[in-house]
Amino acid sequence: MNWGAPLARPSKETEPALNYQFDWQLVLSGEYAQWLTDGVLVTLEISAVSLLLSLLLGTIVAVMRMTRFKPLEWLGLAYTEFFRNTPLLVQIYFWYFGSSQVLPDVINKWLYAHDFEFAAGVISLTVYTSAFIAEEIRSGIFSIPKNQLEASRAIGLSFIQAYRYVILPQAFRIIIPPLISQALNLIKNSSLVMVIGVMDIFYMAKQIESYSFHGFEAFTVATLIYLSISLVVSLCINLYDKHYLRQISY
Amino acid sequence: MAMIEVNKLHKWYGDFHVLQGISENVEKGEVLVICGPSGSGKSTFIRCINRLEDYQKGTVFFDGKDIHDKGVDINKLRAEIGIVFQQFNLYPHLTVLKNVTLAPIKVKNAPREEAEKLALSLLERVGIHDQAHKYPAELSGGQQQRVAIARSLAMKPKVMLFDEPTSALDPEMINEVLNVMKDLAREGMTMLCVTHEMGFAREVADRVIFMDGGVVVEQAPPDEFFSNPTHERTKAFLKEIL
Amino acid sequence: MRFDVVFKNFDYFLWGAFPEGPLGGLAMTIILAAVSIFLAFWVGLGFGLMRNSKKPWLRYPAMVYVELVRGTPLLLLIFWFYFLAPVIVGYSVPELQTTVVALVVFTGAYIAEIVRAGIMALPKGQMEAARGTGLSHFQAMRYVILPQSLRNMIPSFVNQFVSLTKDTSLASTIGVLELTRCAEQVSNRTLNAPMEIYVTILIMYFVICYCLTSYSRRLEKQLSRYQARDR
Ligand SMILES: Nc1ncnc2c1ncn2[C@@H]1O[C@H](COP(=O)(O)OP(=O)(O)OP(=O)(O)O)[C@@H](O)[C@H]1O
Ligand SMILES: [Mg+2]
Repeated sequence: MNWGAPLARPSKETEPALNYQFDWQLVLSGEYAQWLTDGVLVTLEISAVSLLLSLLLGTIVAVMRMTRFKPLEWLGLAYTEFFRNTPLLVQIYFWYFGSSQVLPDVINKWLYAHDFEFAAGVISLTVYTSAFIAEEIRSGIFSIPKNQLEASRAIGLSFIQAYRYVILPQAFRIIIPPLISQALNLIKNSSLVMVIGVMDIFYMAKQIESYSFHGFEAFTVATLIYLSISLVVSLCINLYDKHYLRQISY
Repeated sequence: MAMIEVNKLHKWYGDFHVLQGISENVEKGEVLVICGPSGSGKSTFIRCINRLEDYQKGTVFFDGKDIHDKGVDINKLRAEIGIVFQQFNLYPHLTVLKNVTLAPIKVKNAPREEAEKLALSLLERVGIHDQAHKYPAELSGGQQQRVAIARSLAMKPKVMLFDEPTSALDPEMINEVLNVMKDLAREGMTMLCVTHEMGFAREVADRVIFMDGGVVVEQAPPDEFFSNPTHERTKAFLKEIL
Repeated sequence: MRFDVVFKNFDYFLWGAFPEGPLGGLAMTIILAAVSIFLAFWVGLGFGLMRNSKKPWLRYPAMVYVELVRGTPLLLLIFWFYFLAPVIVGYSVPELQTTVVALVVFTGAYIAEIVRAGIMALPKGQMEAARGTGLSHFQAMRYVILPQSLRNMIPSFVNQFVSLTKDTSLASTIGVLELTRCAEQVSNRTLNAPMEIYVTILIMYFVICYCLTSYSRRLEKQLSRYQARDR
């Protein structure tokens, strides 16, 4: 396990000199390919779980900030400001190394018995991402002109109906692209959890590097996987923008 | 030779044939008014003359030179053809004076004092020399448009193009801009004006052309154009705007 | 609560072992961020302008750069440089330099995007008016477009600087002695107060980043005044 120690520089004999033999077969088949696949699954799993949780938490925080109840508003504000303005890596260290001091023993025991690294990773990613998501949701709803609400109230819709049929449908269209890019950020950010030993793509690539000295191939594959995820996602955003965002202009 | 000679000009936006063969000569000192319904290609036509738009077929000669020639310095050419837009397009980060002096200093390498002297005299001519140190946002629309005219004149152009210079203005400001344009016309400036200000056309235009669907449908001296248009489309158009 | 550990090591968090030993801690974090943002600005400006160019041989390389970098996690990028630099230059490059290069390449791509969007956000008429008076494309950019759009971009640059400041924490993974690495060291040495230590440096990061964020918000409000708008 990598207890937050610096990544080891590739050892002397692995430094690919001119006679470095590329061996793509090695990482693309057999045991190492299995490792990479496992890594991809862990990355996707931790990202998916964190995304769901942070959508939930982000919505709650956004709603807190829009209630007219001051203490809740301030709490929501403090939450978004604090977690957006501190590094994710340090947050990960905090949850991983520091949380056992504050959590009750029962929970600690349970966590240690289960996959503590994974849990700490999910908590950090969720808390960090939800702060951004809360902000996107809030500003998305804020960006809808006031007169939309007034106009829909004027034709006799109730407050709830106005939100349900006029404000939220518009807000969704505006919020979805930034939410998708937050999801993308989340996937990229999930690479940080390898520092606490979660066995994601990057962790596995490092593992292959230290076992086989074929870091180039392993890291190339890992990078390509991240790139293809990102490219697909940004393609989706572009398509979405073209089809839906054009329709909204005030 | 005419100042501007346009010969069978064609332009497409993708599949859309905007200009379908325009031929037009403008003599030195002539004032040409271009009118026509929205979307007929008026803006596109005059923007082709200083190559703010490229065209695909035909030729445009300015002062005896083909503007599409490889050897033509496009920036020098544009310096000799002033253009004024509907939206003024003043530089919001520069004062009025700097708006006017930017091009003379950067393009013609004029010394600053000289450029400023010229700018102040031009601003005086358009009636706003007392606003020289304000920013565009602090001026009214009519004042901004007059600055835009002064900015073009500062390059001592041989031709001025106007693209609906008054249609973004409040009614009470239209005349202050038209008066500046009339003065220019009387001083002998060669002008191509896209405008629907028929009073202006009657007063100073030498010729009025009517465009529709990318072609020049009709052209005549203003008196004739207004009193007895020959084409149905022109009649319909005139009925609508007069 | 064992905040005494924090107090005892607070000067180490602030500037490392300086002046007896190497500079580190928060001071190193700030230097790293400042140097990187300065270099990344020029890289980003260059690539942002290239992306807006009409010439394909300028536009496509810039597009590839931006898309590649923005699709890769920073940690991976840092590691690539860490791993590749010795191979490329033939001798081992100190961690600090490696980090700066990685941060500049990374942030440059994001700044290129800001620059591109900022230029595109200006009304088209500005460029046309400038070209219409005979300014060359370069002059129009230099005297009309960039002065306006760069000013409008300042808030985004500040926000990018905040992200960069947070990102410098990743330098700890290859052993650069910035704030996070110093905290790790103290935490590993003392073993009994990780929570207190990490809370402290979270707050240190927060103070810096929050001040910058508030500043950028204020700027944004002020800037909305003198802007060219399509009417
Ligand atoms: N960049 C462009 N791409 C595609 N089509 C365009 C473009 N610019 C103009 N057009 C089309 O070309 C036609 C002519 O446009 P132009 O602006 O020249 O008309 P106009 O006569 O000046 O109209 P208006 O009185 O509204 O200014 C219009 O139908 C317009 O939709
Ligand atoms: Mg027009």
